[in-house]
Amino acid sequence: MEPNEQPEKPFISKGADDFFINVYEIFRFIARFFREALRRPWEVKEFIHQCYMIGYKSLALISLTGFITGLVFTKQSRPSLAEFGATSWLPSLISIAVVRALAPLVTALICAGKVGSSIGAELASMKVTEQVDAMEVSAINPFKYLVVTRVLATTVCIPLLMCYTAVVGLAGSYLDVHLNEQTSLIAFIQKAFVNISFLDLGASLFKSTVFGFTIGIVSAYLGYNASQGTQGVGKAANVSVVVSMFLIFIEEIVIVQIVNSIR
Amino acid sequence: MKPFTPEIDFDNTVISIRGLYKSFGSNHVLRGVDLDVHKGENVVVLGRSGTGKSVLIKIIAGLLKPDAGTVNVLGLEVEHLDNQSLRELRMKVGFCFQNGALYDSMTVGENLAFPIIRNQPKVRSAQRAKLVDVVLDAVGLSNTIDQMPSELSGGQRKRIGIARTLILRPDIMLYDEPTAGLDPITCTEINNLINEVQRRFNTSSIIITHDLTCAKVTGDNIAVMKEGQFIRQGNFDTVFATGDDLIKEFYDYNFIQ
Repeated sequence: MEPNEQPEKPFISKGADDFFINVYEIFRFIARFFREALRRPWEVKEFIHQCYMIGYKSLALISLTGFITGLVFTKQSRPSLAEFGATSWLPSLISIAVVRALAPLVTALICAGKVGSSIGAELASMKVTEQVDAMEVSAINPFKYLVVTRVLATTVCIPLLMCYTAVVGLAGSYLDVHLNEQTSLIAFIQKAFVNISFLDLGASLFKSTVFGFTIGIVSAYLGYNASQGTQGVGKAANVSVVVSMFLIFIEEIVIVQIVNSIR
Repeated sequence: MKPFTPEIDFDNTVISIRGLYKSFGSNHVLRGVDLDVHKGENVVVLGRSGTGKSVLIKIIAGLLKPDAGTVNVLGLEVEHLDNQSLRELRMKVGFCFQNGALYDSMTVGENLAFPIIRNQPKVRSAQRAKLVDVVLDAVGLSNTIDQMPSELSGGQRKRIGIARTLILRPDIMLYDEPTAGLDPITCTEINNLINEVQRRFNTSSIIITHDLTCAKVTGDNIAVMKEGQFIRQGNFDTVFATGDDLIKEFYDYNFIQ
């Protein structure tokens, strides 16, 4: 008599069962991440390499996007403030917008697209070409080497990139303010930071850390569990971006509510 | 047929499989498989695609868990090992994947050095380089050390895959379709390499294939699989001295009688 002779009946329905199994698998994946991340040996060299790939290699895109965001947001805000003769408030308005919302969101969305798709596609490609299995049979822990390093790198690099985006965004804003109002850099900085509190900075850093972890864990989960050959690689890259962005918006809403209740 | 291999120790069983079952959903892939591999012996598992051959060696390597049955490798029951013990066992069991499974982002030299760096961190770089040279020389590809996997041919990738496995000096080699998709000359080179590995590194092997020439040249023992079960075992001539339709069909297709 063969084991598992009877086909298993769905508990609720096939779709619902699959959904709950997926949720369970994701939580198992996250638990495994923390377990492996805390256990020696630590993959320091690979972690630094991933920080270079995720952080340094994203600088050009982040610089361009951050600078243009700051510049355009300032240009768009000027007419409304000019109606009330309040263009001197521009630095303050822009800095609040950039530090509290734009820098964390823009950085996270750019990284979800660039880094998330890259992690999803790379791990999926390694999975479907049996490179992950090859590591495993060579007595190497692929989860620690491939997943833990990438998730830690996104979690560490995205807050740093967020700080950089904020600086570049304010630089874009300063350029426009300086050209139109002849404001000096010192005056711009003084006005910009007068309304920024440690809570704003802390909340943005916290948000970016959560966004970074989300991008890393979602992309790594989808890539590491890819199937269906090359089609699976494309699917993992695509779904990594979509799910990461969706979760980033949900997390943004939740964290803003919490921070506002503290403020 | 392959000449008798005097190095085989029939008193020493390195892999012992009993009553192995594995299903994926309603698809029963393995249906009660029994197999013994002795020290120094090359066992060829022959069968059509989808009969469960690859699943069998993935279970032996601990990549898949069986539904029922026991897999004893070098005296250890694979399905009951903890992570650390499984890791130690895997250093003694080499697995050669169908397409080589070389790491795309690394050169050939880095691919070969990687298992040593990860598993034997105390080995110095000069000694590591020497080990890489030895295994590259063993597979006859010393000139490819700085090449990327994408620059290699299918046959070269398989040979580098074998070299990467050999660098940890395993006692057991598992080959998954080593000659699939290769031209006849490269197939002959791979078959000779499998026998060379058996002699030079004193390994025991399971070779998964549907290529009868590979089975004939490399196999000390042939096991024919059909629908998740072994239907015949023995040396090449014994296995094919039968009127069984499947076996005859297999033989006719391969040797075009």
